[in-house]
Amino acid sequence: MSSLLDAFRLTALPAHAEAFRAEVKRFLRDHLPTVSADVRARSWTGFDAAFSRKLAQRGWVGLTLPSAYGGAGLDAFSRFVLVEELLAAGAPVAAHWIADRQSGPLILKFGSEAQKDFYLPRICAGQAFFCIGMSEPNAGSDLASVRSRATPGEGGWRLNGRKIWTTNAHHADYMIALVRTSGAPEDRHHGLSQFIIDLKQPGISVRPILDLAGDAHFSEVAFDDVLLPHEALVGEEGSGWKQVNAELAFERSGPERFYSSVVLLDLWADTLRRHGASAAETALLGSFISQLASLRSLSVALTALLARGESPVVEAALVKDIGTEFEQSIPAAIAAAISAAPDTPIDDELYRTVAYLNQVAPTFSLRGGTREILRGMIARGLGLR
Amino acid sequence: MFTEAIEKILADLCTPARVRAVENGDGALALWRALEDGGFLQLLTPESQDGAGLSLAALFPVLLAFGRHALPVPAAQSIAARALMQGCSQQPPAGMLSLAGSSHSDAEGGVCVPRLAYGMLAGHVLVNRGGDLLLLDCSLARREPVGVHASQCATLYWPRDAVGTPLGSNGEAVRLFAAAIHAASMAGAMERVLDMTLAYCNDRIQFGKAIGKFQAVQHQLSVMAEQVAASRMAAELAFASEQAVPAMIPVAIAKARTSMAVPRVTATAHALFGAIGVTEELDLQLFTRRLHEWRVSEGSETWWNGQVGQALLAQPHMTACEFVRHVTESTIA
Ligand SMILES: Cc1cc2nc3c(=O)[nH]c(=O)nc-3n(C[C@H](O)[C@H](O)[C@H](O)COP(=O)(O)OP(=O)(O)OC[C@H]3O[C@@H](n4cnc5c(N)ncnc54)[C@H](O)[C@@H]3O)c2cc1C
Repeated sequence: MSSLLDAFRLTALPAHAEAFRAEVKRFLRDHLPTVSADVRARSWTGFDAAFSRKLAQRGWVGLTLPSAYGGAGLDAFSRFVLVEELLAAGAPVAAHWIADRQSGPLILKFGSEAQKDFYLPRICAGQAFFCIGMSEPNAGSDLASVRSRATPGEGGWRLNGRKIWTTNAHHADYMIALVRTSGAPEDRHHGLSQFIIDLKQPGISVRPILDLAGDAHFSEVAFDDVLLPHEALVGEEGSGWKQVNAELAFERSGPERFYSSVVLLDLWADTLRRHGASAAETALLGSFISQLASLRSLSVALTALLARGESPVVEAALVKDIGTEFEQSIPAAIAAAISAAPDTPIDDELYRTVAYLNQVAPTFSLRGGTREILRGMIARGLGLR
Repeated sequence: MFTEAIEKILADLCTPARVRAVENGDGALALWRALEDGGFLQLLTPESQDGAGLSLAALFPVLLAFGRHALPVPAAQSIAARALMQGCSQQPPAGMLSLAGSSHSDAEGGVCVPRLAYGMLAGHVLVNRGGDLLLLDCSLARREPVGVHASQCATLYWPRDAVGTPLGSNGEAVRLFAAAIHAASMAGAMERVLDMTLAYCNDRIQFGKAIGKFQAVQHQLSVMAEQVAASRMAAELAFASEQAVPAMIPVAIAKARTSMAVPRVTATAHALFGAIGVTEELDLQLFTRRLHEWRVSEGSETWWNGQVGQALLAQPHMTACEFVRHVTESTIA
């Protein structure tokens, strides 16, 4: 059998992670703001710094970071549980999401001692929110063609260029940016480096971009001769491409790649409980559950690999691609179901939630790498090309 | 390892030529004897009764391998039937046993099992008759082929005096086992179909290069791999428990999820193989014909998803996440 699929073995979450779940549920019962479902449906794009700080006070930001840096020192399984509960509840987790998921682990893996000492405790305290500066106006899927450039000089590096679609750049304290430090765009993967950029420095302007649902969750960021100190370089100069790839298994394997429509799924199930369900609606609901059960087990299987220190990048691409297809299918199918009979009234909150998700669902398979790019990676993993 | 040994035995024993021969009514018995001699039929039988005493979880890779080789005899069903008859006063009969998760009774008390899996071959069948467990002797039945080319299914009719008294009231367990076996068989057969299609796309040259180099082809194969991975995971869930019989909701998820994948996986494979893929000569058809049959046998995804949906709706406050987690956790041993 193709060895790519060998990674996916049914795995139980260990008892310690399940025990942790009860604590998470209790916390959410006490601290989750009560808002309507269409707001909760924003889940990991919903920004609420106060909520993130409450989580941080509880010790749950930087969950997998060592306790020496203020982290919880828990493993990838515990993080799976925390993230799963936050997403299922529709908690507004955007503020700390990126720092917790990938910037913190990246700094831990590639950062200097001084960087670890400085950033990790701040991440864990909910005082350092991060964003990811990869995409540029002319470098989307073709990330290696980034043109933002840092040139070495007096006192550090001079950075010029632009980033775009940067989630939360207008709220974040720091960006980890992939930029060119040597060579030219034709050199592709060579000559790229990562910097930690303090977004309050002079020469940086951040312009939020409104999306089709009326939200501004991403921004365009311009760098105009920004002076970056030597210590801003994270990892080795020229290793940016390798480091970015190490992030991707974290970025793509988690439950946020199939839970984006779960608030709607639960709201619709409640509606069916109250008003009764036809055979077709019951089977549709069941089909979501059957798919979710298998997706979740795929994701837990990858969590086990992450917990062992592996970096299942291609496997994560597979889970993300099938997961986003699933989460996109939910609002499309529920829209049809609730409007199947024009004389049946539709609950307003349900309608708004469906409408919101249908508007933003295309982003599910764009953010974090498009469907076409992921399928190319999977094909290579299958031995094609 | 154990699974590798089984893989090797099946590769030798259950060649595509043998599968074709059995479908043409030739050689089933020899294949059966070999499996019997290899101890395959006692895999779930307790060690105290000279069986292998496997758990369901340990049996799962064997069932996948059966699917991967399109095993044309009811070995999986017979293994399960023997397990289901543990504790019955009657010993399991020798020979091929099949499973019927549902049946109809006629006004005279006769029983009909439509499109019984391996009905052309089975000597006996364990039947679920509205919750009663019946053991029926196929030699006493009228056996009618379903009329689908090369299918090994048959519809069987037993007159009242051939029906006898129920062995027990665990008839629904037959339905669960039968559906779970189809799920595992589908997962195995889809793995094989994926492997065959990958190999073909790396070999077949058009426009001066392997068709697997075309992006449109690669993306279809990637989606196929996703469907196969998701199916296998769902099927494994049905067999993850330490119970003697797969449990209702894991089985429903397994049968539904694998069945949902079948139209996509088979359609993609045939599309990528082109015309040669629909020929008798190519082995692909041995798998895709079975996949279509297993998808609808014992209830399609529509029925099993309906069961899953009902179970969720019956829980007044349970979220989708809690439901899935609860099913998974309470299943994995
Ligand atoms: C909500 C949201 C949040 C985001 N957050 C961030 C963030 O925080 N940080 C960040 O750096 N980026 C972020 N992005 C950007 C995201 O990573 C890019 O949108 C994505 O990589 C695609 O780039 P693009 O939009 O320029 O599309 P393009 O790359 O121009 O692609 C357009 C279309 O062409 C297809 N295509 C491109 N190349 C190929 C190819 N070789 N073969 C076949 N098809 C191809 C694509 O699949 C797509 O369908 C975010 C995007 C969204 C929607």
